[in-house]
Amino acid sequence: MELVEKHPILEFRHGRKVKFTFDGREMEGFEGEPIAAALHANGVKVLRYTPKKGRPKGFFCAIGKCSSCFMIVDGMPNVRTCIMPLREGMRVETQRGNGMLREGM
Amino acid sequence: MKTLRTPDVLVIGGGPAGLSAAVEAASFGCHVVVVNEDLALGGQLIKQTHKFFGSAAEHAGTRGIEIARILISELERFGDRVEAYTNCSALGYYRDGVVTCMVGEERYFKIKPKKVVVATGALEKLIPFPGNDLPGVYGAGAVQTLMNVYGVKPAKRILMVGAGNIGLIVSYQLLQAGVGVAAIVEFAPKVGGYWVHAAKVRRLGVPIYLRHTVKRAIGESAVEGAVIQAVDERGAFVGDERFIECDVICMAVGLTPTCELLWQAGCEMRYVPELAGHVAVRDRSMRTSCLDIWIAGDAAGIEEASTAIVEGRIAGLTSAHSLGHVDEEAFEEKLKGYWRRLDALRGGEAGSKARSGISKMMIEMWEERGVEVR
Repeated sequence: MELVEKHPILEFRHGRKVKFTFDGREMEGFEGEPIAAALHANGVKVLRYTPKKGRPKGFFCAIGKCSSCFMIVDGMPNVRTCIMPLREGMRVETQRGNGMLREGM
Repeated sequence: MKTLRTPDVLVIGGGPAGLSAAVEAASFGCHVVVVNEDLALGGQLIKQTHKFFGSAAEHAGTRGIEIARILISELERFGDRVEAYTNCSALGYYRDGVVTCMVGEERYFKIKPKKVVVATGALEKLIPFPGNDLPGVYGAGAVQTLMNVYGVKPAKRILMVGAGNIGLIVSYQLLQAGVGVAAIVEFAPKVGGYWVHAAKVRRLGVPIYLRHTVKRAIGESAVEGAVIQAVDERGAFVGDERFIECDVICMAVGLTPTCELLWQAGCEMRYVPELAGHVAVRDRSMRTSCLDIWIAGDAAGIEEASTAIVEGRIAGLTSAHSLGHVDEEAFEEKLKGYWRRLDALRGGEAGSKARSGISKMMIEMWEERGVEVR
């Protein structure tokens, strides 16, 4: 993971290390930290593709306001991954186009 | 949708303005609910490692992260009188005064407060250039979140757009975190931020290209570089293009107030360029034309954390007063005191923009417009 190793002012107290999957690939991140931060630390920048032109989107505002980081998490589309805490075993998937609710959701 | 909460004051936003409003209202005995969209309270303060300017009453000389801790511990002193929800978005304001909220992405609840303080902060602006939607074009706040809150390296090498205080400070923070800063580009002919911040990054060898902007971002699925070019006084491109190798283009080109809830509520709004967007008309108590709604901080117009703290105090004081929790004499005295602090913070050249913007849309008190108050 690409983490800040030493810092003159800050000390980082990360949560427990947990495993999750991104498009089926197993990755590691810290529990309770945003999914998008964990993905960025794992080198993942493309989070979704836009509905009309299929343009790749990464995250932008990181405060849950801009919708750039929508992904499918445990089957739920349009999740703001910049403010959704990571949990053990989460299934995170690239979102293509508009999110569609599955039956029963 | 279940549990309808009915606090005296609902504060939407847990940054410097919202926390200060909550502390103030609670100090007069109000039952306060704070809803905060981020995972932690403190707003942008939790990512600000630099020491603040201003005056001692607003924690000048203290790092933003420390100010957040101070405000949060002040709030905690009130125990059960204040309920704070994190990872909680206020979704809508309804005509019957109900505010709908969502924790995470699934858990909904309703709040019907007596009074509301909207302290929803701001959103990063973007400038137009081909490729500005590529992954790797990040807001300066996002870059700070990654590196200063979660300890994730936001990039290997960054191009900073904007030499205002945010652009300069974040550039310095990037260097502290071991990230390369290829250059800072600034559209204006001079550095907009404080000289001391510019001097720090220049001493570390970061070039600042004045009167330059990004012409296009390079890359297929993510940023691999940027083409920058000089602009003339009309903003037209002149001179040779220059390629800057970078994996993140960081936008520090200003913020705009977050005011969706105020529109929904039907507050009288005005576009004020000096405050960087649409803002609600307010009186000296930070009350909007919807008399149950107050505003504070960047949501009321883009300024500094220090002014946000004082505006939050005012909104907390006057919402508590409207509920009959503050006696008249103490109220007038405190309000005057807070205004002295605001005037001092907005004094001088640095505050001239804010002063001019506020003068365009602040009225003395709603009563004087014939609006029945309380």
